Amino acid sequence: MLDTTTVKFDVNKIRQDFPILQREIYNKPLVYFDNAATTQKPSAVINKLKSYYDLENCNIHRGVHFLSQQATEAYEDAREYVRSFIKARSSSEIIFTRGTTESINLVASSFGKRFVQADDEILITYMEHHSNIVPWQMMCEEKGAVLKVIPIHDNGELDIEAFGNLLNKKTKLVALTHVSNALGTINPVAEIIQKSHQAGTYVLIDGAQAIAHLEVDVQDLDCDFYCFSGHKVYAPMGIGVLYGKEGLLDKLPPYQGGGEMIAQVTFDKTTYNELPFKFEAGTPNVAGVLGLKTALEYFKEQELESLFTYEDELLDYATDELKQVDGIRFLGQAKNKTAVVSFIIDGIHPFDMGTIIDKYGIAVRTGHLCAQPLTEFYGIPGFIRMSLAMYNTTGEVDRLVKSVISARDMLS
Amino acid sequence: MTIKDKETTLIASFENFDDWLEKYNFIIDMGKDLTMIDPKFKTKQNLITGCQSSVWLHADYNDGKITFTADSDAVITKGIVNLLIGLFSGHGPDEIISADMGFIDKIGLKEHLSPTRSNGLMSMIKQMKLYALAFKTKYEQKEG
Repeated sequence: MLDTTTVKFDVNKIRQDFPILQREIYNKPLVYFDNAATTQKPSAVINKLKSYYDLENCNIHRGVHFLSQQATEAYEDAREYVRSFIKARSSSEIIFTRGTTESINLVASSFGKRFVQADDEILITYMEHHSNIVPWQMMCEEKGAVLKVIPIHDNGELDIEAFGNLLNKKTKLVALTHVSNALGTINPVAEIIQKSHQAGTYVLIDGAQAIAHLEVDVQDLDCDFYCFSGHKVYAPMGIGVLYGKEGLLDKLPPYQGGGEMIAQVTFDKTTYNELPFKFEAGTPNVAGVLGLKTALEYFKEQELESLFTYEDELLDYATDELKQVDGIRFLGQAKNKTAVVSFIIDGIHPFDMGTIIDKYGIAVRTGHLCAQPLTEFYGIPGFIRMSLAMYNTTGEVDRLVKSVISARDMLS
Repeated sequence: MTIKDKETTLIASFENFDDWLEKYNFIIDMGKDLTMIDPKFKTKQNLITGCQSSVWLHADYNDGKITFTADSDAVITKGIVNLLIGLFSGHGPDEIISADMGFIDKIGLKEHLSPTRSNGLMSMIKQMKLYALAFKTKYEQKEG
């Protein structure tokens, strides 16, 4: 983190770019703290979706006419943009999917078919989102493989020693989250990847919560797969990315069959298209892809160093202010954290707290956060999660703290 | 008093509230009066699914009338379930099965009806009606 930034981050200017932030909920200005669930969209992205359908809509890769060529070029430009955004080597390594969940399901299915046998092991962690648990459970069940889980410490940090002990020559793949959606923990993914590779094991990183809060360099990380969702980084829903090393993706069988992913089709035999198209069956979400490029461009325009510094400072402010609340218990206090503060208040059910906080116009997420094993680990009925984005402010944090105190008084 | 009469009284009392704060304080207070479920019935089978909080519901049938007891680990949920028990408990299966749910909107709890994973209001009502149907089938329908 820099001590000084060359460009001061102007959050009030940013907020003007997001139409939804101007609305009121129950006659109060909206405070949106559910960004880990989905982020809001700047006008540039919203306008791009509209202009695509107004002026450019066409199916891609299959027409010689002007609209088709224009749309195809825009789509492939976006792919190249994503490649450079995550610093991948080649655009053949960038596959567009519906989101992180589909990306992980794709790998579980195709990697499982090609590389996993009975008694092989897949390693995940205790802090994974259900989307990085269930596809592996399903694949292991189908293949007769074994799913093993790396434990975590009470503060939400991964037990690296236990990871070392679990890794063995039967481990085919490690799947772990870059940033925990429930705890905000930033995992030491580079170290995990290095150790896994030394053991001959592949690694998939779930980057859904990282992509908007850290710089991602897939070559530097040397991960085998990296997944993220557009809607977590100010882009539309329904679009995501799977990055995979070219040599590895080449070895994997297709995930879905259909148009686009074929080279030649006869009833006797069908051959498949080259990368990345082999994994992009059917008509893609072209508008979503263009929206994703627009979102990433908008994001990069904000001078990422100062943006990340701002978010870190806001996270520290939120944590310090919430500490004043009597009976608060923080969940996830890793040394390296980003964007998420999860907590409960002693003796109060998160559902009650979330229901009352909502009445103050404040959106936080409550419940298991798609991480049910974690609620069991902490022995809690659920979390209350405040998750930040670049447009949140200290004023909003103050409103949240006040509402938490009022709700606590009402519910005790 | 029929279920319909009780609904009318409930709607009238909710109309008196000036704001959501008063309404929710009332619901929270309602929860404190809840006729508690016997701890031996707080089993997984009696847990209502579809709620972010845990809700246990039990029903007994006596002399053509159904009595409900419940518990929850969330105070607002406790209040809502007691509100429903207040309406349905002490009535016969047919009346419970045919009760319409229009009053929920009228007392401003419509947000609790949305089919998200979090809210159990629809699940609680469904479970109460299912109990009524089960008791009706067991005790009131003669085999041919």
